[in-house]
Amino acid sequence: MAGLGSACLLVGLLTALYAAGASVYGARAGSRAAVASGRRAIYCVAGLMVTATVVLQSAFLRSDFSFQLVAEGSSTDTPTFYKFTAMWATQDGSLLLWALLMSLFSSAVLFATRRSLRDIAPWATAVLALVAGFFLLLMVAWENPFTTLASPPAEGAGLNPLLRHPAMMIHPPMLYTGYVGFSIPFAFAIGALIVRQTGADWIRATRRFALIAWTFLAAGIMLGALWSYAELGWGGYWAWDPVENASLMPWLVGTAFIHSIMVQEKRGMLKVWNVSLIVATFVLALLGTFLVRSGILDSIHAFGASTIGKQFLTFIAIAILGSTALIVSRLDDLRSRAKLDSLMSREAFFLVNNLVLVGLCVVIFWGTFFPLISEALSGEEASVGPPWFNRVTTPLALVLVALAAIGPMVPWRRASRSGLMRSFRLPISVMAVTLVALVAFTDSADSPPALVMFCFVALVLTVVAQELARGTAARRTIAGDPWPRALGQLIARNRRRYGGYLVHAGIAVLFLGVAASSAFDQQTDVRLSPGESFEAGGYDITYVRPTAEVGRDTSGTGAPIVFGAVLRARRGDAVQTLHPSRNFYPSQNAEAGPIGRFFEGEATSEVDVRWGLRRDLWTAVRPDIAELEPAIREADAKFADAGDDVQAIVIAAIVERYREQAPPASFRAIDSPLVSWIWIGGAIMILGALIAIWPSPEARMRRVTSIYAAKLGKELSSA
Amino acid sequence: MEYGLAVVVLLALVAVVVLRPLVLGVGDEGGDSATREELEAAKEAKYREIRDAQLDLEMGKLSKEDHRAVDRELRAEAIEILKRIDEIDAPAERSSEA
Repeated sequence: MAGLGSACLLVGLLTALYAAGASVYGARAGSRAAVASGRRAIYCVAGLMVTATVVLQSAFLRSDFSFQLVAEGSSTDTPTFYKFTAMWATQDGSLLLWALLMSLFSSAVLFATRRSLRDIAPWATAVLALVAGFFLLLMVAWENPFTTLASPPAEGAGLNPLLRHPAMMIHPPMLYTGYVGFSIPFAFAIGALIVRQTGADWIRATRRFALIAWTFLAAGIMLGALWSYAELGWGGYWAWDPVENASLMPWLVGTAFIHSIMVQEKRGMLKVWNVSLIVATFVLALLGTFLVRSGILDSIHAFGASTIGKQFLTFIAIAILGSTALIVSRLDDLRSRAKLDSLMSREAFFLVNNLVLVGLCVVIFWGTFFPLISEALSGEEASVGPPWFNRVTTPLALVLVALAAIGPMVPWRRASRSGLMRSFRLPISVMAVTLVALVAFTDSADSPPALVMFCFVALVLTVVAQELARGTAARRTIAGDPWPRALGQLIARNRRRYGGYLVHAGIAVLFLGVAASSAFDQQTDVRLSPGESFEAGGYDITYVRPTAEVGRDTSGTGAPIVFGAVLRARRGDAVQTLHPSRNFYPSQNAEAGPIGRFFEGEATSEVDVRWGLRRDLWTAVRPDIAELEPAIREADAKFADAGDDVQAIVIAAIVERYREQAPPASFRAIDSPLVSWIWIGGAIMILGALIAIWPSPEARMRRVTSIYAAKLGKELSSA
Repeated sequence: MEYGLAVVVLLALVAVVVLRPLVLGVGDEGGDSATREELEAAKEAKYREIRDAQLDLEMGKLSKEDHRAVDRELRAEAIEILKRIDEIDAPAERSSEA
């Protein structure tokens, strides 16, 4: 089967190169047959990548250790659920996932545009084929996921325990779908530049793909944050880690792009800016993929040093230089005819929003690559930490949330003074009341940035509620529908607008959680023996007793040994029982001994979180198993040649000893206010994006078309 | 052996799919229908802008004067698009009548 997989890659590479060649020939010679052939070649690449993925996944499911990738990233005791994730936990598997998603997305957009964009589409096909071809070349020449072992091991190394979390099952595919999705508008932008058709046609054809990419990237980032919070054992959701930043940067620039293309669609402005943004987004997406795999920056996510760093950097350089040269050569075609009518217009605020988003990306880029920059300039590697990132990004985030409120209230082209007064009166009043209430009744004033953020969140939510109320009222006036139906009709008929507003509300709610949890969380680290207590935030927490289990991992990750603790947390009259633990996975190092290897492998925290709308209580334990060391060494010496059953009994006895004579354990408890609103805000944001993406029903479009056609016909005849 | 055979079989399958348009032609792809589809998309986008402006007027964001100016401009652009669609449809209608 490995031969079939490798064959899929080689034939996929040849087919992608053919697709590029046939499309370029078809575009230059005006041959529709060659263009259609190139498009079909992309469909074939998709079919080949699906086949290759099925071959590899079936090898993981069968635990076929003749595949090197399976031997290095899975094992027979890896739960089936996580065998699926093992493919993208490795570099080779990630490349295959990129190529699979790339070919599927490319096929979808080329099928959708098969009867339109006749001049642009062939060039876009060539760009998409070359991007897919690059990833296929990496696999064929350097990182073949179907490499086989001459003498397969009896057991695999197992999946990295840190990756055994449900969020990790879908986090990487989500991110990659986002990265790959942005290559669609990039390819069509390049096609539009080549044929000098710089209007809004390429934007209309690919806008939905850009939105899908944005949504997947947002969901991937949220899932990554959730994984960090619930799995990594440090208690936070965002560490400004290089790889986290690498996913945030294309999302920020992609967000700017999604806003600014509306200006081009409606006003024919910002053409140079838009093509520059999508080129930057695509390059940052490539950079994100490169950073995860390269190991050039220290990161908890960099799963191994790469052998393909130079190739990636070369491809990124070609993409930057080629795109820049193309944009410069087409500046005359990209010049806008329209001018900004007024600074108090939506397009003006979109421009400001774009500058803030790109500014955020620039400072994050600077902070992320500062170690490399400082090493290049001074010869010494220095890095900036989370405090620096928090300090420089907080003001920009505040401006961004304020703009999320102001933008929807300002109409396109120009706003009248009376209209602005009417729109701003209620939201500003609610914001002022919020400010007074927070200062009077809470400690919010202890953190001025958080206080300002809370006020802006109130502003955004009031604006969105007001927009929905006024729109529904207008709809009732037109159609006479009852309120619920009028609201439903309003959203259904204006999905882009109200889906977008819901995204703004989600962002505001998310920042509510970020501001509250980062400014007012209380973290406590202690070392306790059973029966002792400590205070964390408003909780009185008691270490009731230790726990120790063999073969009963309730988190479902397949860990053979779990040490933990039972905690009782009291806050007023409310009492909660928590069970934080630490999973121990066997080491593959034979020198650790047959018994010792079960205690000296990787260990992961299984935190216990009491989720709440007002606050989360987050707890983690780090058991001290050093005192078991003599017993483990003794058992290794005595039972080295014993059977598996005997060794299992010995391991169970050592584990039981920990439970009966537990030494002090280290605990971390975090009382984190409103942190759940981050996930709720993220869910609202995704829901809003889905509403904006969802296509309008054909029947409704036809009905509206006929109404307006009639109106326009009347005007024509009377003109 | 398995690898070589798989490459040959897959190449043959790809060739059948990819070479079909070159051998049999492309049928009804592109031409006027391609341009018409682009114009239909442009028309829908323009109608959406007209509806947006109308909603802004009804919600009080746009004054009547501003709406009138914006609406007039948008409708003129929509009419241009309709004219171009008509130009594409006219020969087809004439040939069907003949």
